[in-house]
Amino acid sequence: MTTITGQLINLLAAILLMLAFAMISQRRILSLIHLFTAQGAILSAATVLVGYATQQPHLYLSAGITVVLKVILIPLLLHRVINRLEVRWDVETLINIPTTMIIGIALVIFAFDLALPISKLSASIARGTLGIALACVLLSFMMMITRSKAVPQVIGFLSMENGLFFAATSATYGMPMIVELGIALDVLVGILILGVFLFNIREQFDSLDISHLEKLKED
Amino acid sequence: MTELGVLSQLLEIALALLLAPLLSAWVNQWRAWLQNKSAPGLLQQYRTLHKLFHKESVIAEHASRLFRSAPYIIFGCMALASAIVPTLSTDLPLSPAADAIALVGLFAVARVFISLAAMDVGTSFGTLAARREMLVGFLAEPALLMVLFSASLISKSTSLTTIVETLAQRDLAIYPSLALAGVAFSMVSLAENARVPVDNPTTHLELTMIHEALILEYSGRHLALLEWAASLKLFAYSCIGLALFFPWGVAEADAPLALLLAVPVLILKLAIGGALLALLETLSAKMRIFRVPEFLATAFLLAVIGMLVNILVGG
Amino acid sequence: MATLYFVLGIPLLGSMLLASTGHRDSAREINVAVSLGTFVATCVLTVEVISGGPLFAWHREFFIDPLNAFLVTLTAFVGLTTAIFSRPYMRVESDHGKMTPNRMRRYHSMYQLFNCTMLTALTTNNLGILWVAMEAATLTTVLLVSVYRTPASLEAAWKYFILCGVGIAQALFGTVLLYMAAEKVIGTEEGALLWTNLEAVKAHLDPSIITLAFAFLFIGYGTKVGLVPMHNWLPDAHAEGPTPVSAVLSGLLLNVAVYALLRCKVLTDGALHSHLAGQSMMGFGLLSVLVAASFLSRQKDIKRMFAYSSIEHMGVITFAFGMGSPIANYAGLLHMTTHSLIKSGIFFTVGHAAQKAGTQIMEDIRGLIKVSPTVGWGMMLGSLAILGMPPFGVFASEFLILTTAMREQPWATPFLLLSLGVAFASIFSRVQPMVFGETSLKPLRHPPALLPVFVHLGLGLLLGLYIPPYLDEWYRQAARMIGG
Repeated sequence: MTTITGQLINLLAAILLMLAFAMISQRRILSLIHLFTAQGAILSAATVLVGYATQQPHLYLSAGITVVLKVILIPLLLHRVINRLEVRWDVETLINIPTTMIIGIALVIFAFDLALPISKLSASIARGTLGIALACVLLSFMMMITRSKAVPQVIGFLSMENGLFFAATSATYGMPMIVELGIALDVLVGILILGVFLFNIREQFDSLDISHLEKLKED
Repeated sequence: MTELGVLSQLLEIALALLLAPLLSAWVNQWRAWLQNKSAPGLLQQYRTLHKLFHKESVIAEHASRLFRSAPYIIFGCMALASAIVPTLSTDLPLSPAADAIALVGLFAVARVFISLAAMDVGTSFGTLAARREMLVGFLAEPALLMVLFSASLISKSTSLTTIVETLAQRDLAIYPSLALAGVAFSMVSLAENARVPVDNPTTHLELTMIHEALILEYSGRHLALLEWAASLKLFAYSCIGLALFFPWGVAEADAPLALLLAVPVLILKLAIGGALLALLETLSAKMRIFRVPEFLATAFLLAVIGMLVNILVGG
Repeated sequence: MATLYFVLGIPLLGSMLLASTGHRDSAREINVAVSLGTFVATCVLTVEVISGGPLFAWHREFFIDPLNAFLVTLTAFVGLTTAIFSRPYMRVESDHGKMTPNRMRRYHSMYQLFNCTMLTALTTNNLGILWVAMEAATLTTVLLVSVYRTPASLEAAWKYFILCGVGIAQALFGTVLLYMAAEKVIGTEEGALLWTNLEAVKAHLDPSIITLAFAFLFIGYGTKVGLVPMHNWLPDAHAEGPTPVSAVLSGLLLNVAVYALLRCKVLTDGALHSHLAGQSMMGFGLLSVLVAASFLSRQKDIKRMFAYSSIEHMGVITFAFGMGSPIANYAGLLHMTTHSLIKSGIFFTVGHAAQKAGTQIMEDIRGLIKVSPTVGWGMMLGSLAILGMPPFGVFASEFLILTTAMREQPWATPFLLLSLGVAFASIFSRVQPMVFGETSLKPLRHPPALLPVFVHLGLGLLLGLYIPPYLDEWYRQAARMIGG
């Protein structure tokens, strides 16, 4: 049983990594939101599996929070934002996508290299996935850098948080409950603030292109 | 080498040659159905081949010998490729030749000849298509190699028969690396077999063609051979996919009953695979040619990640 | 122990109260009252700690030890003086029409919430809660920075959010790794993220995990400290937000981030038996000092200039803690205190000066001494103090840091001296014409609240001349603790 669960967790981790790559290669905002939703769903499934394999009921709770927050609430919010702002189509990234992909591979190798010695030390059933989690974090980080539009940056931010959550689940069976609740609250408040910001930026700049936001720099 | 081995080898070649046009027709039929069109019959592909073989082959004035011999070489490559992929049995006389790298090499030889032939006549469409074909090829080949390597990392061998044997005999286990490789492989096969979203096999617009423009100058039996070779290529790719990702039902050495059973299993798997391919084609739209490198880069990358994941989580 | 609940509860409740009443005229006074309440509570808490020693609260999730006790008091104190300063400042802003009642409400409510998050970050024993509080502090300050809703302030807030969000996410990863290392030693049941527990077993933590964890924690909290090269958000956020916010950002938030870094460093030093944490802190600290000093001379905006000065001082502080000997730690803590007091004092005067001139561009601010001698002298003295002129406290701490560096890390002293010299030249040459130049400005309608400025400068002066024995003892204890 445990081996199959472990393999399933590994599989879900691989899918998460695949989704992270799909995100950096995706131009359309709508598809980005779908991918983010899928990421949340996979994440909660993985959390449930880890909880099942290790008999840690509190993981079920955090999986539930993930579903509510990242599969239902935040995507709904994002859909509303892009409908109201009418920015369903996003076009170009700052670096062309094949190059981004190559950098992505390099990041994955880097992440795996960092995580390999450490995951050997972990007793967790999902220890191998720590590298994947780190890779997801780095990839989302890169996505935030390579996008010049506000909404993809927000999605990148959120998917980075997903990667961190997965790291916590896979390396240590989740953080203490109070910390997890705090993180969830922070994320929720953060996304609300960002949502309001999007409207404000749109109002002030007539565009959601962050490259307009470059008045403040050193001469 | 056993007699049974020779038998299964012959059976496999015969099956490939016969079934390949059927598979193409099957995919076309499904696609027509999914698009609410009335479909040509399953035998249409055979009728087309029959018709073409009986037509005179018109060859351009300036065409060299290369142009005339290319269809035979290509057909030969594809037939050999279908023969060495272990679809029915792993006990084949040709199995020592069934190396992953050799297989990719075979496809490459075919590609080189078809591109040279297309440029040989000197029409602009042919040259354009040759360029595009090389563009697709030089990105798809490494991706295909990576997919095969992901599988060979699990079995520690690049021999296709060993890979299939290892994969078929394992206990039920989930390999994340194979999941990634599977997605990459589907993308590569779409590109290599001139399918939507990379190429449109039913297009009439020369400017958007890749594969159709390559064979624009051919007619008669040469065209028939090339069409047949294209079907064989699809067949070979489907078989590689099935062998790598769904290897159940492939017969091993000294198992005549299993060999008998392997035929219907293979046909069933191909039928399902063909229908899925048609569905995939219907759901996606053809992408601009400039997006193709991106598409294939993604495939390459997924395959590479598959390998990395394999190293990280051990299978 | 109950006092701690007051320390955290008063600003939280105040924030809720101000969320409903923050738009009224009386809100400015309520804001001051709440901050006063918090400050009184922290004073009581301090007395308790002095008499009774370190204390824990709420399942050991919160604690007060010598290191955070003085920071808590300092935070509450600067929070109070800033609230006093913001009373007339915000009245002028709303007279100018820059603050609508709605913005006023958000400002007041977020100001208290920000205080609450910082106090939580300082007092919590749980490294996870520390992260949550730091992130919450980011969120509240994002709202504070963007309160004017101008394009520039939105840009600054967006940059701040994205950069600090990304940075602090790395810190979360570091925290996860730390938890992973701790779990193997302590187990999940026993509060493996509690700093006191970790401190007790730090020698047994796995070195390879801790190395990686520290790298991530350093990037994460280092971003909030404003260390180069993660400093880009800092000048923008300081320049575009309301001046009271700049004051608390520089005076308090950066301190809290340094505090978080220190907590992590203690654990890392214990686990690694090497000087990795110290070396990286010295390296990045020195880099920040150098880069910030070279950027200082290019600034046109007065708040940006002092923001770069904050980066420079944070670099000095990080460098001092990086050296890690008790005397260096002592100097670092002293520098944290004096910088916090003087820099927020400077921002108070800058706020008045900019309001008077109607601009933050330094070339357009002239002759402050004639318009309002208090503002002029305040800025002059504040600038001299922050540049490390004796007899102010910054001189004492910088002198200590420099002499320690000469003894322990002689290679670094030329860089430090050079940067301090460049900083002196750049800031002084800008401030001098602003204070003594020709002007045609008229006085403001409302008298500036300069009490906070001179209280801060006075305290800064006091610390330069004489450190009270209990404070001295306190610093020593904290320095020994960080020194391991």
